[in-house]
Amino acid sequence: MNDSIVSLVDKYHLIAAFAVVGLTMYVAYWLSRHLTAGRLHGSAIAIIIGLVLAYVGGVSTGGSKGLSDVTLFSGLGLMGGGMLRDLAIIATAYGVRFQEIKKAGLRGVIALFLGVLVSFVAGAVVAVGFGYTDPVDITTIAAGAVTYIVGPVTGATLGASSEVIALSIAAGLVKSILTMIATPATARLIGLDNPRSAMIFGGLIGTTSGVAAGLAATDARLVPYGAMTATFYTGLGILLAPTVLFLAVRALF
Amino acid sequence: MTMVIYGVALLAGCMLVGLIIGDVLGQLLGISANLGGVGIAMLLLIFVTGYLKDRGKLPEATESGINFWNAMYIPIVVAMAASQNVAAAFSGGMVAIVAGVLAVALGLALVPVLTGKKGDDAQPLDPPASAAMPPSRATTDRSSPRGY
Repeated sequence: MNDSIVSLVDKYHLIAAFAVVGLTMYVAYWLSRHLTAGRLHGSAIAIIIGLVLAYVGGVSTGGSKGLSDVTLFSGLGLMGGGMLRDLAIIATAYGVRFQEIKKAGLRGVIALFLGVLVSFVAGAVVAVGFGYTDPVDITTIAAGAVTYIVGPVTGATLGASSEVIALSIAAGLVKSILTMIATPATARLIGLDNPRSAMIFGGLIGTTSGVAAGLAATDARLVPYGAMTATFYTGLGILLAPTVLFLAVRALF
Repeated sequence: MTMVIYGVALLAGCMLVGLIIGDVLGQLLGISANLGGVGIAMLLLIFVTGYLKDRGKLPEATESGINFWNAMYIPIVVAMAASQNVAAAFSGGMVAIVAGVLAVALGLALVPVLTGKKGDDAQPLDPPASAAMPPSRATTDRSSPRGY
């Protein structure tokens, strides 16, 4: 009986992954609503659970692919693999309009480029400070400081190791969670009370879930402005990190 | 007749074209990597869907084929997180924390620098309400415009 269930789930591993992730999302959003009053976004909690599960899976199997090394959960590797991930990331660009970014004006565009650059340099400096010397590793960790999407996409493109990709996701996650917490706390200090500063804020910080949740906790009316520039940020990061910024890192190290 | 698959196919087409361009760019620069293929695909999708939408040639079913994958992005990121080598990364976890904190601190500090002086377009949304906003979360009704 048990064996037949295990072999069935193994056979339909992608379907099992959808069910597992769906359950994780449900638990995460429930925790977000009931324990943090929505201040910590459900998506961030879900990713933390994912990383914890990956840690548990890695420790229990000694493998290098987190929870997907456990036969029952092997579908997670396919669901979270490069092919579907890139398809979903590209789909997030849907609905973004070039006319909208014009409303943010020149300052918004400067914020976008500066935001990606500053985060990347901060991540690169920290990576070098911790003793990383390989340009691919430095670029991947730096891209993780841009967002937890840009990090793994960059790492996968450049052929970084899974540990470094996990680090880059963790860096982006720290950024996202901290944005959710720090935004309402510092909103008055940094003048975050109008559409213009919200768009600049989204462009500088970029991590979409962090910006959306942080602004929602500050003033829900600011969310669309910040989220709009934040959407461009991920695309710009994916465009710049594995290309221009990687070449710059490679020239330096 | 409209079909969901048209939207998925449009998305897939943008992805393939973007990846091909990224691959060619990588070869031109002598790097065995795809240079920004995903970002190029995103720009393509914005252009193509914007063009089609302006001409009313993006029916709801087609749109939902794209929107489904848009909505799947966080779950896929969760699956991706769950299949990373976190156990091995744990030893170097401080890198992630320091990098993340530094990126947020610098980003927040730059907001007032770039916002500059308050012009006509940078007035608070609703001065009396926003002045009393942060502490009065419990008393403010924000059930309607949450939008998640």
